[in-house]
This record gives sequence, structure tokens and C-alpha cells, in this order.
Amino acid sequence: MMWWLRGHDVTGTAKTGLFRRLVPRAGAPIPFTIDGEAAEAREGDLLLTAILLHRSSLRRFEFGDADRAGFCLMAACQDCWVGLAGGGRVRACTTPVEPGMAVVIRGADHG
Amino acid sequence: MADRVVVIGAGPAGLRATEALVRGGLRPILIDEAERPGGQIYRQPPPGASRPAKTLYGFEARKAAALHAIPGRLGEAIDYRPRTLVWNVFERRLDTIGPAGHGAVAFDKLIIASGAMDRVLPFPGWTLPGVFTLGGAQIALKAQGVSIGCRVAFVGAGPLLPLIAHQYAKAGAEIAAVLDVTPFFAKLQNAHLMLAEVRTLAKGFWYVARNSASGLTVRSDVRAFGVEGEKRVRALWWRDPAGREHRVACDAVGASFGLRSETQLADLAGCTFTFDTTARQWLPERDLAGRSSASGIYLAGDGAGIGGADVAELQGERAALALLDDLGRSIDRSRMAEVDRKLARQARFRSALEDAYPYPAHLLDDIADDEIICRCEGITAGTLRATASERDAHEMNRLKAFTRIGMGRCQGRVCGHAAAEILARARGGDIAAVGRLRGNPPIKPVPIAGLP
Repeated sequence: MMWWLRGHDVTGTAKTGLFRRLVPRAGAPIPFTIDGEAAEAREGDLLLTAILLHRSSLRRFEFGDADRAGFCLMAACQDCWVGLAGGGRVRACTTPVEPGMAVVIRGADHG
Repeated sequence: MADRVVVIGAGPAGLRATEALVRGGLRPILIDEAERPGGQIYRQPPPGASRPAKTLYGFEARKAAALHAIPGRLGEAIDYRPRTLVWNVFERRLDTIGPAGHGAVAFDKLIIASGAMDRVLPFPGWTLPGVFTLGGAQIALKAQGVSIGCRVAFVGAGPLLPLIAHQYAKAGAEIAAVLDVTPFFAKLQNAHLMLAEVRTLAKGFWYVARNSASGLTVRSDVRAFGVEGEKRVRALWWRDPAGREHRVACDAVGASFGLRSETQLADLAGCTFTFDTTARQWLPERDLAGRSSASGIYLAGDGAGIGGADVAELQGERAALALLDDLGRSIDRSRMAEVDRKLARQARFRSALEDAYPYPAHLLDDIADDEIICRCEGITAGTLRATASERDAHEMNRLKAFTRIGMGRCQGRVCGHAAAEILARARGGDIAAVGRLRGNPPIKPVPIAGLP
């Protein structure tokens, strides 16, 4: 492992978090799931933050073989629309994470 | 019947406009997409992630706190509608979607304070997970207390670059590199002109000095750069003015190149646009008071031309005074003159600041044909160039019709600028000659369910 990623998984799997929490959060833990796996967020987390603390992407790109993880974080670029179990979609940079949210990154369409 | 006055946007411009309208005896509707007031520059964290204003906004903490307090202080004197998107302007009606679903708001006078986003230029690797705009990287830190990666690099061409590097370093993030694609000498040449606004200049130098003190060197005049990685960011490379290549390991990159006005609503409201050679963007015309070319439509803040937060506050107040004056209401003319004086001084500073960060045209000259320009749908530079020549697409809307550029979810916010630059180069003409993408509703994705 390279020295600069000590403590972080750099094997390139999608299950490595992209973000790093710098400011501890006092609020209550919020349980949610990503592709059926249990994950934990904190009160005050946007869905984008909640996911990217656990994974390196938010969704598959519809027009090619690529992953996407958002871009502008200010509701302009529309890169962070995330699928929810049940078929709904939300813009992750403006949606607070809620208990029991079931995020689908690798749905049936993309294997 | 009372005059129906609406302000769109609760950033510095919209908040000061709203306050001045109330002072003038009106009860305006203030519509904002965000949950809490402040706009992007003074964006507030969601409930549960709050931190002290001094920590979040530094030198600007008092300004931020004063603005945040406005809707609460005005209370029932305004009709404040947060979490509400205006997605269309049609004659004297706004189409909205908010907590209660779809709606329509009729107005007689409208102040548009729609703000700005980062100006995006494509570069190798820019769509990889882990690449964000500088503004996005800043929001991650300010609104969420997170860093966009474990080891972060920043690339930019504007005053946001040293500021965000400073903020990340102060918060304890590990920074791999800070690259400025504009030359350093341009900043020195223009420093004396920026003395018109001494406080702001001093803050700029303070950030640079603090960055140096913490071992952060900003490398200027970067000629080319790119991000490497397969599934996510692994490294950043760049070429210096001497032609040498450098490479650092990193797992996230914040990169953008100045700001771009969000002009979609002004377009739908029927405002006349002209090409601004400094911003390299088509902007809605406005007089010094904020009146647009369209009757009853006023423009304030960065949404009609980049001036920064302090200017936006003044422009918001000034547009409200113009609106009140046009309604025949009595206004404080000495205050109006004072605002005009302050705006004139700020304009001189802004002009010098723009010269200090010249447009990085060199980054657009070398974009490879296989580079994605449209982030939404994966349309490449090669497709745009081929269409420009083979199908005689001489202006942006024709290029859009053939390639779908600007028709994706972002409606051209991200790709529109670079696409125009590429088209202009392909046609051998200047950027103004290729025109601009026409705005279309909805300006952002809205659910069809529940539309009346």
C-alpha cells in the first residue's frame, strides 16, 4: 500500500469511501443501506456525503462504462441523482439522508 | 390590489433585496431552492451539521450571520418559501415545485438573484469519481465537514483557489498540490489596481501567506494537466512553463476556472443578452440599478455577471430601490447614492481582479477528440468538431440539434461554455459568433407527477 493512503483501502474496489470526515459529528447515527448492505450516517449528512463516506461512487453512468460520484454539490450539474429501492430517484447533494433509505448503486440493469 | 413582488434566490443579493423591499413597504415573496438562507457563498450546513459562523466563514462570519438572520427577523413581513425551485418563467407567472408539490406564482415585478456556479473546463480524467469543482470541494468542507478525499489536489484560475487550499489545510486535510493555470506576474501587475479595495486585497495576501507558512506552494502558470485513474482518482500530472512534467499521487481533485452566471431564468423572462468579453459568457443586460431590458424584471448579484458577495449585497439593495422607485414609492435617495458610490468602487476592484486571473484559453486548445465534453450524456469533443465541419453547425443551437450538446440533465450548465469555445475554434471564428444555447423550461429536472 502506498504511504499516502495508509489506513485506506486502495485496491480499487467500489466499497472504499471517497470522502473523509474531518469534523466529528455529535448527532445520532442514521442507519441506511447501500445495495442491501448496512451502512451508517450521522444526523446532518446529505445523502451524497453518507454514500461517499462508504463508497467511491454514487451511480453508474448511463452512456458508457463508468461510475459517477457527483461534481458540483450545489444542485446545478445534476450528476448525483441516486436510485432508491422501489424505483425513486433523488438528487443526493440536496437530499438529507433518512433512516432506512435503501440506495441502489449497482441495480439489476448494470449487474 | 397590492403589487405582487417576487425575489428569486436567498443569497446575498436576494436577501438584501428582500430586506429593502420590506423597508419600502412591500411584502415580497422570497423563493429559494435551498433549505436555509445564505446562497452558495454563505451556505449553511443542514440541521445537525451546524458549526460556529467564525469556523465556517472566517473573515466573513459577521456578514454571513447578518444575512442568515434576515428571513427570521422579517418574519411575517415576507412570504419566505425555501426548498422551492422556480423552473419556468412564463409572462407574469413562475412555475415552481416545493414541499407542497407543483405550484404557480403570479407576479408584477420580479428580482432574479440566481447566483453562479463554477466555470467548468474539461481536462483528461475530469469525469472520474473523486473530481469535483472547487466550489463543490468547498461545500463538502463547509456544509458537511468532510474532505473530498484523503489526499487532495486543487487546480484553478481564480481567487477561490488559494482560499480553498487554505480552508482545507486549516481543517486538517492532506493537500497534494495547488496548481494555478494563470501566470503569477498578472497578479503582481494588477495588485496596485486592486488597492481600491484594500480589505479584500489584504485577505487575498493573507491566504497566500498562510498557505506558504503551512508549506503549501501554489504553482502558477501551469500549461497542461490531467487526472489519472481507472475507477477513481489515483494521480494528478501537470506541465510547467519550462515544459517539464510533474506527477503527484492523490485520490481527489478539486478543479474549476472562475465562475459562470446562472442566467436561465433571465433568459426565460425575456431579457436581452449581450456577449461579455471578460466573462466570455452571454449575460442579460442590466442598467447600473439592475433593471433588465424586460419590463418589471430586475437582476442582482452574480446571476447576471460575476461581482462577488459584497457586490451582490449592494446590487440586491439597489435593484429593490429601483423597483420601489418604479412603483412610485418613496425611497431614501441619499442611501441610493451611497450604494451607487460603493458599487462604482467595487467595479474598479473587480476589473483589476479579472485581469489578475486571465482566462486560461490554453486549456481549450489541446482538448483531445476523445475527451468527454457533455458530462450528462458522454458527447465528445471529436463529435462536436466533426459536426461543426461536416454538418456546417456554425452556431450553438444548430450544434445542439445535431449532437444533443446542452440537452442533458444539466441543460448546458456544465458543458455549454466549453462547447462554445470548441465550436468557435473549429469554425475559426470568435466565441461571440457561435451564439448561445437558448434556455428551455424546466431549467432543472422536475418530476412530471403532479404537474397541473
